[in-house]
Amino acid sequence: MRIELVKRPQRSALFSMLSPFIAFALTIIAGAIMFALLGVNPLDAFNIYFIQPISEVWQLHELAIKAAPLILIAVGLSVCYKANIWNIGAEGQFIFGAIFGSIIPVLFPQFEGPFVIPLMLLLGMIGGALYASIPAFLKTRFSTNEILTSLMLVYVAQLFLDWLVRGPWRDPQGHGFPQTIQFGDWAVLPQLMPDDGRANWGFVFALVAAVAIWLMMSRMLKGFEVRVLGSSPRAGRFAGFGFNRMVFFTFLLSGALAGLAGISEVSGAIGQLQPVISPGYGFTAIIVAFLGRLNPLGIVAAGLVLALTYLGGEAVQTALGISDKVARVFQGMLLFFVLGCDTLIHYRIRLIGLALTNGAAKLEAAPKLEEAR
Amino acid sequence: MGGTVSANHDRANLLEVRGLTKTFGTLTACDHIDLNIAKGEIHALLGENGAGKSTLVKMLFGSLEPNSGEIFWDGKPVKITSPGVAKKLGIGMVFQHFSLFEALTAAENIALSLNDGSPISTIAAKARALSFSYGLPLDPDSLVGDLSVGERQRIEIIRCLLQTPQLIILDEPTSVLTPQEADKLFETLERLRSEGKSILYISHRLEEVKRICDRATVLRHGKVVGHCNPREETAASLARMMVGSEVKAVVRAPAEGIETAPALLEIRGLSRKPATPFAIPLKNINLTVRAGEVIGIAGVAGNGQGEFFESVSGEVLQQDAGSVRIRGKDAGAISITGRRLMGAAFVPEERLGHGAAPRMKLSENLLLSRHATDGKAFVGSGGMVKNGSVYSAAQRIITAMDVRKSAPDPEAAALSGGNLQKFIVGRELDRKPSVMVVNQPTWGVDAGAAAHIRQALIELARSGSAVLVISQDLDELFELSDAIAVMHNGELSKPLPIAEATFEKIGLLMGGAEPGHAEHGMEVA
Repeated sequence: MRIELVKRPQRSALFSMLSPFIAFALTIIAGAIMFALLGVNPLDAFNIYFIQPISEVWQLHELAIKAAPLILIAVGLSVCYKANIWNIGAEGQFIFGAIFGSIIPVLFPQFEGPFVIPLMLLLGMIGGALYASIPAFLKTRFSTNEILTSLMLVYVAQLFLDWLVRGPWRDPQGHGFPQTIQFGDWAVLPQLMPDDGRANWGFVFALVAAVAIWLMMSRMLKGFEVRVLGSSPRAGRFAGFGFNRMVFFTFLLSGALAGLAGISEVSGAIGQLQPVISPGYGFTAIIVAFLGRLNPLGIVAAGLVLALTYLGGEAVQTALGISDKVARVFQGMLLFFVLGCDTLIHYRIRLIGLALTNGAAKLEAAPKLEEAR
Repeated sequence: MGGTVSANHDRANLLEVRGLTKTFGTLTACDHIDLNIAKGEIHALLGENGAGKSTLVKMLFGSLEPNSGEIFWDGKPVKITSPGVAKKLGIGMVFQHFSLFEALTAAENIALSLNDGSPISTIAAKARALSFSYGLPLDPDSLVGDLSVGERQRIEIIRCLLQTPQLIILDEPTSVLTPQEADKLFETLERLRSEGKSILYISHRLEEVKRICDRATVLRHGKVVGHCNPREETAASLARMMVGSEVKAVVRAPAEGIETAPALLEIRGLSRKPATPFAIPLKNINLTVRAGEVIGIAGVAGNGQGEFFESVSGEVLQQDAGSVRIRGKDAGAISITGRRLMGAAFVPEERLGHGAAPRMKLSENLLLSRHATDGKAFVGSGGMVKNGSVYSAAQRIITAMDVRKSAPDPEAAALSGGNLQKFIVGRELDRKPSVMVVNQPTWGVDAGAAAHIRQALIELARSGSAVLVISQDLDELFELSDAIAVMHNGELSKPLPIAEATFEKIGLLMGGAEPGHAEHGMEVA
């Protein structure tokens, strides 16, 4: 018995559109089973997980705070993934953006004025882009696999930050806590509507980035270049588009956006550097990108959904005493079902009985190899 | 044609097909096909691309399941559910595209498909004996990667013969052979026929069908449109049966004053190291294409044509900037975009995935090769694409080239091969390039569309452009070219003026012979 994926001659446009919703529905069903197994009434759990966290205005602000970095990062990643370039290390670029942006408030707290925030944001973008340029360089120069290098650099970034806040950048008046000084007033990203909640300008950046990238991908020659190189690299080379240039472009762009998200998070929501500044935004953003169909506008919606899984995770922990790791489980299931649905849109499953496999498989194997080359 | 059929009646039918039908969605690829193959005959299956030949053969070989219809083998009804079943019955197939592992030896490749556990040395010995007795010399211990396309085909044929089939299906076997290699193959086929084996011979080359086939079945749009004795037909009458109407002949006005016309494309001492272990190195290639002329490059597939095209187009840059010159300027170090801006245009061999992005619309595929040359018309300020003008330009090309399609602006992959090729050639012609380099302009394109493309290329040249055509199809090159050069093993011969060129001369060069002492080259092969 063997399972084979057979390419469908035609993709269904309807199901391509419905796929995120189907994936979401399947996640809910699987989640219900999980809650039932944990001994909780699924309906109660869903109420606490998905409904209550967004029932008041200040909670919507919290949602925006969580969604902003997810959207910013995912929008950048969507460009990478459209180009068939796999940046998995946004978490590390996020951290380096935060570190670079924090140079001013930590090392030069005496600098004050309205120019501080723009400068920090700019440094944050540069930091993220520089960190992303490492896997891009390794890929173009040594043909390394960018999935591995970008992922491994995440752990380097995490440990580097850990060392910074415990070592050279530790607040001398901080009673030995591993954290930097609190950022000065000029170094804090302003809140949008301070009377209603904490949401800051990071959410606006996210929306602007989403619209800008959407415009680039759908209307501009650059976006066309990304799509051509991603879907048929040989045709891209024929068009005169350089693949190596594209690797750098996508890594620098997504790195800069992740870095912007990093410094926005630190200067807006946290106010200082700590050993851990992200609950895995860089990884969750990968789910956001795919759930949003790699479309920047879809990503805005997907970012809000995934932000809710974070809030819900905190809510069930306080209300029901279930580990907030439940949020990770939900995110994982969502990605699993999204990818599953996408695969089944392009392929159908064929079961092949044992009797046939021996001869037929050998015979089919060779021509396939020929095709693959 | 009735006479021939009855003449074959006294011989028993090995294979009988009745009402075989296969549909894919709304398309009926094979529509109630009837076909009889007698013992000991070479039966031709004729038809244009998309006529249903491949589908029919796949059903006979068990890789596709028919929707309805019956197959009789030796008078008994059979169901051919898999290639394994077909082999057991005694049906062998030699595919057009080989399925060989380049890193393995010929004998190892054969062992893989025999799958009966006998040791490689036994198989090698058997293969050697068989190849010798059929006049298909082959060293079973040689690596496939080192073999020419003709030799690889021999492996496929011997692999097929080792299973002692009664019916051998050959799919376009001569498309990769030189005329002389093809002659050798015909001898083998006649030998097999004299042993009482049957052969189903798929081809669109009418002359060879006339030469070796006893009967022919002609397919058009999935239906059998006639059975005939090809020896009693002319190439023109067979073509008419295949296409269903007269094919317009290509007109080539004599080129005048070429010798003094400016050289628009010059290749000087172009060499290139192989990029992969099995790629062909280019060795000191020299060629000049002048305004107003069409130069053809003949050659068996895989002799460096692809590498040559990439070097001329600028997809791969040269060390020596002077090795490629466009309109009198060094272009060797200039990218494909830069060469386009110098007035050159390129059409690669692969349509889907190289010349066009399959999942993109035709208008987007227009932008693919012309975003720089037509930057002002197609791209506005800030890098915004002017979708309106790109769309209307695409429609202009579609009209000019008579591209048939199902939607106003369909994805490239939704077009048939011939229509997509018309679009891709039209996309470049629309620019009126002064240098046009085309690799396999009509590969897999139906006769009507092919004539259209060839005529357009000739007219481009006569209007003052330099046209370079790389093709495996000798008929095409003789139709198009003012002179033909031959590429063999990465080297290019001097162009022969069309008045002096013959099939035989070109064929010998394709086989690797030096002009003059051609004889020994063929004996070895």
